[in-house]
Amino acid sequence: MQLNFPIFPEQASSVAGQVDALYLFLVLIATFFSLLVAILILFFAIKYRRTPERKAEQIHGSTLLEIVWTVIPLGISMVIFVWGAVLYYHMERPPQNALEIYGVGKQWMWKFQHPGGQREINALHVPTGRPVKVTMISQDVIHSFFVPAFRIKQDVLPNRYVFTWFTATQPGTYHLFCSQYCGTKHSGMVGEVVAMNPDDYATWLASGKAEGSLASLGEKAFQQYGCTTCHRPDSGARGPNLEGLYGRPVRLTDNRVVLADDNYIRESILEPNAKVVSGFQSIMPTFRGVVSEDEIIAITEYIKHLAPQEANPLNNRSAPTQIRDSEVPNIQRQNEQQQKTEQGKKPANPAGKKP
Amino acid sequence: MKPVMPERHYLNDNYGIRSWLFTKDHKRIAILYLFSVTFFFLIGGVFASLIRLHLLTPNGELFEADTYNKLFTMHGVNMVFFFLIPSVPAVLGNFLMPIMVGTKDLAFPKINLLSWYLYMAGGTFSMAAMVSGGVDSGWTFYAPLSSGYLKTHVIMLAVGVIIAGFSSIFTGLNFIVTVHRMRAPGMTWGRLPLFVWSNYAASLIMILGTPVIAITLILLALERGFHIGIFDPKLGGDPVLFQHMFWFYSHPAVYIMILPGMGVISEIVPCFSRKRIFGYSFVAFSSIAIAVFGFVVWAHHMFVAGISVYSALVFSLLSYAVAIPSAVKVFNWTATMYKGSIEMSTPMLYAMAFIGLFTIGGLTGLFLAALGLDVHIHDTYFVIAHFHYVMVGGMVTAYLGGLHFWWPKMTGKMYPEPPAKLAALITFIGFNLTFFPQFILGYMGMPRRYWAYPPEFQVLNVLSSAGASILAVGFILPLLYFAWSLKYGEVAGDNPWHATGLEWETSSPPPTHNFHHMPIVTKEPYAYGEGEEVPVVH
Repeated sequence: MQLNFPIFPEQASSVAGQVDALYLFLVLIATFFSLLVAILILFFAIKYRRTPERKAEQIHGSTLLEIVWTVIPLGISMVIFVWGAVLYYHMERPPQNALEIYGVGKQWMWKFQHPGGQREINALHVPTGRPVKVTMISQDVIHSFFVPAFRIKQDVLPNRYVFTWFTATQPGTYHLFCSQYCGTKHSGMVGEVVAMNPDDYATWLASGKAEGSLASLGEKAFQQYGCTTCHRPDSGARGPNLEGLYGRPVRLTDNRVVLADDNYIRESILEPNAKVVSGFQSIMPTFRGVVSEDEIIAITEYIKHLAPQEANPLNNRSAPTQIRDSEVPNIQRQNEQQQKTEQGKKPANPAGKKP
Repeated sequence: MKPVMPERHYLNDNYGIRSWLFTKDHKRIAILYLFSVTFFFLIGGVFASLIRLHLLTPNGELFEADTYNKLFTMHGVNMVFFFLIPSVPAVLGNFLMPIMVGTKDLAFPKINLLSWYLYMAGGTFSMAAMVSGGVDSGWTFYAPLSSGYLKTHVIMLAVGVIIAGFSSIFTGLNFIVTVHRMRAPGMTWGRLPLFVWSNYAASLIMILGTPVIAITLILLALERGFHIGIFDPKLGGDPVLFQHMFWFYSHPAVYIMILPGMGVISEIVPCFSRKRIFGYSFVAFSSIAIAVFGFVVWAHHMFVAGISVYSALVFSLLSYAVAIPSAVKVFNWTATMYKGSIEMSTPMLYAMAFIGLFTIGGLTGLFLAALGLDVHIHDTYFVIAHFHYVMVGGMVTAYLGGLHFWWPKMTGKMYPEPPAKLAALITFIGFNLTFFPQFILGYMGMPRRYWAYPPEFQVLNVLSSAGASILAVGFILPLLYFAWSLKYGEVAGDNPWHATGLEWETSSPPPTHNFHHMPIVTKEPYAYGEGEEVPVVH
């Protein structure tokens, strides 16, 4: 048995100290009020213990006191609430320059993919001093990504990407736990986060047996699954052009406008009919059960890397995703014209939804 | 003058097994519940002991992982649905609510009996799930794990919980109607004992919240049995929806558990302080406030579950709102002791333990409601420690205190005071040793439901397991001396504590129809000190 056991976890991220400060504040508050109540009831129990002469003094109550012990706890609670909320808001907003790493949870392991194409299982290497954003998804049930030394935790859901971010401050090896019960080997779904100073990290990256960057892996998958058949920049394409798509608003057939983010792209691969881009038809088949979560992540990374084309939007029917709301009537007119000219040749305005 | 047992009372009014199984007497039904919840408590306790035994070593040497997962699942299900929820309302509440409001039975005696049968039927299903291989879903049944991945009898267990839920709905309905319609002449709302107020508040939650857990588990069973996509994304569902629905009931359910316990404390503290309760209306309305606010805080279980930042902010804020009425109660109980004439009898020891432990449990709830901090401690042993402080340190302590307080009324016999005080002390020490180390473990980062853990967590786990063995002694002792007292205990007399309240004005044990003369209420509750002689110190 390890007898020199710690009672406080290591502080290894930029938020750890802030979380601990709030914790210690709460420990103080809790200790104060617990002791206050405990000492009072013990003191009363002894001082006013029953003796044959002692008669209780009847007191009905005091509205003033009730107000006092309602308002004071309320005030303290609001301080805690605001403190916790500010901290949480900070923890939920990753910086723009964060290093992006992808993770997939499955029964019962963690898989991570780096932008350079390095992959790891149950281990995650990160540089110190730089914000790291981990975008994650589960292949099966709900898991939770928990690194106590960083004071971060995020449930990893099977239907959409979630993320967490941190800036490691101390080089070292830290526990990675799955903290959402996920079946038989829940407690075996553990690993380590290795924080390295930037030089060591660069060495580690270089030594990794990457088959190519994540985006290039995505490009391979993109071709392998035949996505290019429809998603092409030329005007005969049956699917929307994906160049410059990522991060842009997309207008759908029902006139909703959604943001083309990771979740949108993933949904479009797995549920192509859920959100069809305006001007296209729902002809794309689902890739559910065909493409793995890892491949979807790689494909998304590839799409992110497709630079916006300098094409002229008016003759680029296949890129309506880049269109501003004000341009929509133009496009609709253009589509109508093309439909008229193409009538007879093939069904009007053929196109799947994007990707 | 030595008290004597009344010649006829509810226990000897009728004999034979049929007179118990078909009884419509709320007091006899309370006794049926007493035996049943004790049974489930012991089963749940055995599971808890095995869990603590297993966690003595870090590498999971005693049980297989699947067995361990079944143990914590069945511990949770037994304790939550078959002990904590029914204990105070169905045992003490059933016995006392009609007597306290001054009537001869609950509004619907047959439905009351039906409640017990439903409870037993639910218990039978859950026991069946247990003996036919166990279930490893966790008491929270999170989807899609439970709906699509586990191979165990999840549906059977869920059916057990659903059926037991109806028992709880009927009990709540009975209490509400009884309080509204059957109060004795002069028993105004402002004269209701606080035990009645808090059970009334809990009943509101029972009838409004419990149907939601039934619906949730039915949907889960539909998805598991017929692949109707509701929660599993593979079938087009949303797993976070399950959590919203589950906690919509299961958060208010903790108030079903704790409110009646608070009611017990509000009876014991004035009696043994010989004082009116401090701030009666504040204590009464804080119960209602807890019941109301309790319904709008459920997503504080979900701050890291993938809900939006803004809804997290709202639910965190509302969670602090529900903390205030609890704090108000604690301060009022403390103030009730001020300038009292305090007798440290066993029920009072339990009440004092409750106030202290519930305060710690409540205050550590503030940690969990603080968003940025919850991210770290969510789903760790910190949460386990927190809710055991509220549920065991609070609720079980209150239940034991109440059982000691009303034991003379229920059986006509006094339990022996010295071993009872010893048991209270052992429970208090064992409890703190079991659960305090878990706060530290949780902040260190030990996740819940871990069959094996890193070696640096071992010392704290060993401390916790050691405490659990002491706690077990504290829980077994009352079983022994309560049983002993039935035969050898001193005759209690109608009012051994010189307490106020209608239940003390009738004989011990009460007659089948509760009162020899219909009571007429002319006084406020807790009218201690009105021309009374200071009772003898026990």
